[in-house]
Amino acid sequence: MSANGLSPTGSDVEPLGGGGGAASVGAPLLEISGLRIDFHQAGNVVRAVDGLTYAVPRARTVGLIGESGCGKTVSSRAIMGLLPPSALITGSIRFEGQELVGLPERRLRELRGSQIAMVFQDPARSLNPTLRIGPQITEAIRLHSDVTKTAAHDRAVELMELVRLPAARQRFRQYPHQLSGGMRQRVMIAIALAAEPKLLIADEATTALDVTTQAQIMELLRDLQQRLGMALIMISHDLGLAASFADEVMVMYAGRGVERAPTRKLFEHVRMPYTRALLDAIPRLENASHSPLAAVAGQPPDLAHEQVGCPFSPRCPNATEKCREHAPPFQEQEPDHLWACWHPCGLERPA
Amino acid sequence: MSEPLLQVSNLVQEFTVRDRGGVKAGTVHAVSDVSFELAPGETLGLVGETGSGKSTLARAILQAPRPTAGSVRLRGVELVGLKRRQLTEARRHMQLVFQDPFGSLDPKWRARELVEEPLIAFKIGTRTQRRARVDELLERVGLDPARFGDRRPRELSGGQAQRVAIARALALDPALIICDEPVSSLDVLIRAQVLNLLERLRTELGLAYLFIAHDLALVKQVSDRVAVMYLGKLVEIGPAEALYREPLHPYTVALLASIPSPDPSAPRRPVTDTIRGELPSPIDPPSGCRFRTRCPRAQDVCAAEEPPLRKLAEGHFAACHFPVSQEAPAPALTGGAHDSSATD
Repeated sequence: MSANGLSPTGSDVEPLGGGGGAASVGAPLLEISGLRIDFHQAGNVVRAVDGLTYAVPRARTVGLIGESGCGKTVSSRAIMGLLPPSALITGSIRFEGQELVGLPERRLRELRGSQIAMVFQDPARSLNPTLRIGPQITEAIRLHSDVTKTAAHDRAVELMELVRLPAARQRFRQYPHQLSGGMRQRVMIAIALAAEPKLLIADEATTALDVTTQAQIMELLRDLQQRLGMALIMISHDLGLAASFADEVMVMYAGRGVERAPTRKLFEHVRMPYTRALLDAIPRLENASHSPLAAVAGQPPDLAHEQVGCPFSPRCPNATEKCREHAPPFQEQEPDHLWACWHPCGLERPA
Repeated sequence: MSEPLLQVSNLVQEFTVRDRGGVKAGTVHAVSDVSFELAPGETLGLVGETGSGKSTLARAILQAPRPTAGSVRLRGVELVGLKRRQLTEARRHMQLVFQDPFGSLDPKWRARELVEEPLIAFKIGTRTQRRARVDELLERVGLDPARFGDRRPRELSGGQAQRVAIARALALDPALIICDEPVSSLDVLIRAQVLNLLERLRTELGLAYLFIAHDLALVKQVSDRVAVMYLGKLVEIGPAEALYREPLHPYTVALLASIPSPDPSAPRRPVTDTIRGELPSPIDPPSGCRFRTRCPRAQDVCAAEEPPLRKLAEGHFAACHFPVSQEAPAPALTGGAHDSSATD
């Protein structure tokens, strides 16, 4: 139906930044619905994201959780318009009411950086190794606002202080290799904040860092988010991190959303067996030494093959014939709590 | 008491850093005066962050490269200064599993060949015997030899490749396996599978592990005792349960406070209360206690005198002038609720 990869609206008639009515007060900042992303590879179609639907309210943190290849990174790159042309995107991504799917590159570029910014896992690769860090931050500032060199310099130092880089003024003239991994990530966050974005996407932003550094960066992000009223999409494989820092959690598996709820509700009433499996597989300090971890066998499915039934069914302890034949719908089954499962945990339903 | 399997005494590993022209610019104090013992069948967890020297320590134990000073005894045999041939023989009993199986396994070889190679190197068995042994090893790590035996590393998932690396480490029937971040590159569910495999092998084969990782909760899961390293120094070592229940060194406290809890209702103490600033350079480590520049408890004496590793409880040692009190852990800054079992 929508094989041409264009947005469902077909054209891009909506005005950028719209009239006053475009973003009504209660509407979420970002609304993703029915997002599907296909890659064509050597005659195969890899469905990396399959019908993803979620929303990010203003000034809130949504944790996007799942294992490698579950589609969490691909779907967030689609928000940024950073996917290669071989990606076929259908469905809808609305930012402040404006449809991003099918938006021309020029318009996307205006949004990227100024309204939506992203911080990646590897700060060493995201920074230019041949440039001092100060100029890299001022460049980001001047790209998005028309200010003098001096004003940009002052703003850069301000940003470096905001992300708590020690001795900001001296650091201005240092190269990325002179900084530790944690400090480089602080520089990346300063660059991302340069244009005061409304949405920041942190893609495994602390995964490569040490535990104490990770905790410091996460505390910094939360603090900045509250002070600047920015929304945050936190992409991680770590449910523990989501439990500590996200307001709402979306668990993904094989390109689909499988469970979504406000954080407390999710962790208190886990419904989807995959979420349960993820939680049970985390080593905890309360566990006794040498106690075995609950580990489900098998591996995620190969997305180059069409999925029949629930994608988790081959690994699921609750799976029945029904699960293998019919994919369960991802629906709100309790207030604010969505899941996709025929046999959810903790709910023994009479047949 | 039985003889320790591994006895590390006053081990030092230093590297000279040179400027252009070969002029000595400084010395990296990667491992400084580290001592510990490991009993047969015991797992010692070794925790520390990047730059703590934990991987360098593992390599110094293996004599690759040879340490600057100190002693490493494996089953009573001193490895430091041992001739190459005898060292090779001694290393049979001590194998290494790395973080990245794709980096440590030759990409051109098939799983079967990778596992067989140590047997050939030590001239063990006939070809038929070796084949049977390889199949047995692959089965032991949960890989069907018929299905996976002829695959090359690229044709395996991360978890499967790590299983091949473990099978290879087991080939020579070692008494000790040094695991250097063996599951850090794996996804959560696969990680649990491999951890459970390592546990099963330990009980089945009576293996001892030196288990190196940066994740304290993970180390707790597998260890009998835990050692914490900071900037080349052993700062705390003790029984796993006691070390987590009553950490004595402020750095251990900071590490514990950094673990994100998978329980959203758990009280969180800001990590910035427990540690500040950045890791100093190992080229010019702070005087006295190396942690003092980041420590919230540091006083003048910490800069003047290096605290020795001293016994503060049964089997529990810490190198700190002001060890964290052994009372209940300090409550989080928020709220003053002292009732211990309030539930909501």
